[in-house]
Amino acid sequence: MIQALVDIRDLVKVYSMGEVEVRALDGVDLAVEPGEFVAVMGPSGSGKSTLMNLLGCLDRPTSGTYRLDGVDVSSLDADERAEIRNAKIGFVFQSFNLLPRTTALENVELPLLYGRAAFGSEERLERAQKVLTQVGLVGREHHHPSQLSGGQQQRVAVARALITDPAVLLADEPTGNLDTRTSEEVMAIFQELNGQGKTILLITHELDVAVHAKRVVHMRDGKIVKDEPIEQVKAQRAEARARAEARP
Amino acid sequence: MRVTLVRTGNILKVGLKAIFRNKMRSSLTMLGIIIGVACVIVVVAVASGASTSIQSSITSLGTNFIMIMPGAVTQSGARIFTGQSSLSPADADAIKAECPSVAYATPGERTSGQIVAGELNWATQIQGVGLDWPFIRAWNLEQGTWFSEADVKGAAKVCVLGHTVADNLFPDGDAVGQVVRIKNVPFKVLGVLEKKGSNTMGQDQDDLAATPYTTVMNRLQGHAGHRDRIDVIYVSAVSVDKVAQAQKEIEALLRQRQKLGPGQDNNFMMRSQEEIASMAAENTRTLSILLGTVAAVSLLVGGIGIMNIMLVSVTERTREIGLRMAIGAKGHHVLAQFLLEAVVLSVLGGAIGVLLGAVCSQAISRFAGWPVQIGASSVGIAFGFSAVVGIFFGFYPARKASHLDPIEALRYE
Repeated sequence: MIQALVDIRDLVKVYSMGEVEVRALDGVDLAVEPGEFVAVMGPSGSGKSTLMNLLGCLDRPTSGTYRLDGVDVSSLDADERAEIRNAKIGFVFQSFNLLPRTTALENVELPLLYGRAAFGSEERLERAQKVLTQVGLVGREHHHPSQLSGGQQQRVAVARALITDPAVLLADEPTGNLDTRTSEEVMAIFQELNGQGKTILLITHELDVAVHAKRVVHMRDGKIVKDEPIEQVKAQRAEARARAEARP
Repeated sequence: MRVTLVRTGNILKVGLKAIFRNKMRSSLTMLGIIIGVACVIVVVAVASGASTSIQSSITSLGTNFIMIMPGAVTQSGARIFTGQSSLSPADADAIKAECPSVAYATPGERTSGQIVAGELNWATQIQGVGLDWPFIRAWNLEQGTWFSEADVKGAAKVCVLGHTVADNLFPDGDAVGQVVRIKNVPFKVLGVLEKKGSNTMGQDQDDLAATPYTTVMNRLQGHAGHRDRIDVIYVSAVSVDKVAQAQKEIEALLRQRQKLGPGQDNNFMMRSQEEIASMAAENTRTLSILLGTVAAVSLLVGGIGIMNIMLVSVTERTREIGLRMAIGAKGHHVLAQFLLEAVVLSVLGGAIGVLLGAVCSQAISRFAGWPVQIGASSVGIAFGFSAVVGIFFGFYPARKASHLDPIEALRYE
């Protein structure tokens, strides 16, 4: 049996806002094998952002366990979680979060500054060049974010996520600030990376984006309500379309 | 070890980059520190220059100098100054003869008057003194000779001119051997004193004429009735460390000579060069403390400026901090980054401030004619203090940054 890369058991997260308690996650189980491309879907308030924060080791669950790459990370303290984030997780955010007035190359190098292993400047440069090539940004290394298009900025962010060679790529609405065409470009890069064996977890509320994944997990009210392979999703969508066309 | 070194270097680079990304803001932040440090440097330089010049002009009074003046006497229970001096030339002789710590002593009688030489005239101070006076004041002759013992005994009509007086009466520099008239009495000029410059109070020490004290008493003043009373006795101790000893000996001797009982106050006063010097030093010290306080306050204000900007910077870069944390920066990384930024800003400001202070001090010394001294210690203190200000005022904003929650920081708009 293959050890699941992401292994979540009965995960609960409760936020207490004054006297009101909000169960953002209400007993979630999820297992992701290496090399999978999973899209987590759901309307706002479904708990997908909370799940994202927990998966990204930015927060600790109220109860339940989370094993990432064989390590139980549910009870680590802030510094230990920072190390895990640096080594195992690559983040891609909706708003890119690139440092302004800093070149693409320097933005991509950033995670190497905080790693357990110290890299010399030459090694950092070499690695940054490599990942920028991977996302198709050769020739833009010395551009500042303001000199790049939205799609290019997001590709810099993907390169930054890749530089530490993380176990999981976590993308939180990566196309939320992009138009349809550049969205397709960015999603194509994710698919390509997945083809090379990267495990990707994608959070989105758009079905058009989710269909690029191989597996779709639907959430509602802090629970996983549906977990199906992409073929099933596509079949349902085709069916719905056919029905809509047949009706008039 | 290598890992730590490389990582420290990396964090240093991150901090420097942040500073150079915001050149305008960084330079405005530094301005406070620059002005503060420059202030400290200038104030210390001017104050130490002033105190050096005061010290040197006090030394020009003559080494081991002690001055004895008639003082208040108690008559029928009331402390009054009778107007009549309690000192006589015999006291001066006795002091010199009987006090082992005293090297020289001379009576002094002062008056002032108009000196006329041909068509020129000059109002000056006339010092009636004895033979020891040039030794006590450590004052040599530029031309000619000092008057002799016979001149003192015979109240001879001879004088020695100060440099200023000689310059004004004899512009051609041929004063020695000429005759001048003081209060219509003809005097022969025996010599000219060398130039000494201004004293602590800014008075021209060279503006005087010296004659035997007997001449002043007998020919220029005509003290009817108490001819043996003098204004002052100038004394010089054998060495600097014997000044206090000399003062004790003189006090004991004069009390005995004045026939003062054990309960009676002295009817004379003594001032040593040391006392004059310490009085002057006290004055400069007070001034230094005052100016130094102002400078320190401006440095403090500069520090608060740094804290202010750093707080703004932390708020403005909340998302950046969130991102850094998300990709693996620990609290202490963020703390180090912001603290370093503050320290680099303040130390850089300090360095510029030191340069600016040095330039300003030089400018002041050139235009105002004050001597200035920029000590290595004041540069070191100003520099170190600016680093401390950076750490102190940078710590709170840096701590605030390092305690941010990455989730909220990433979501911050």
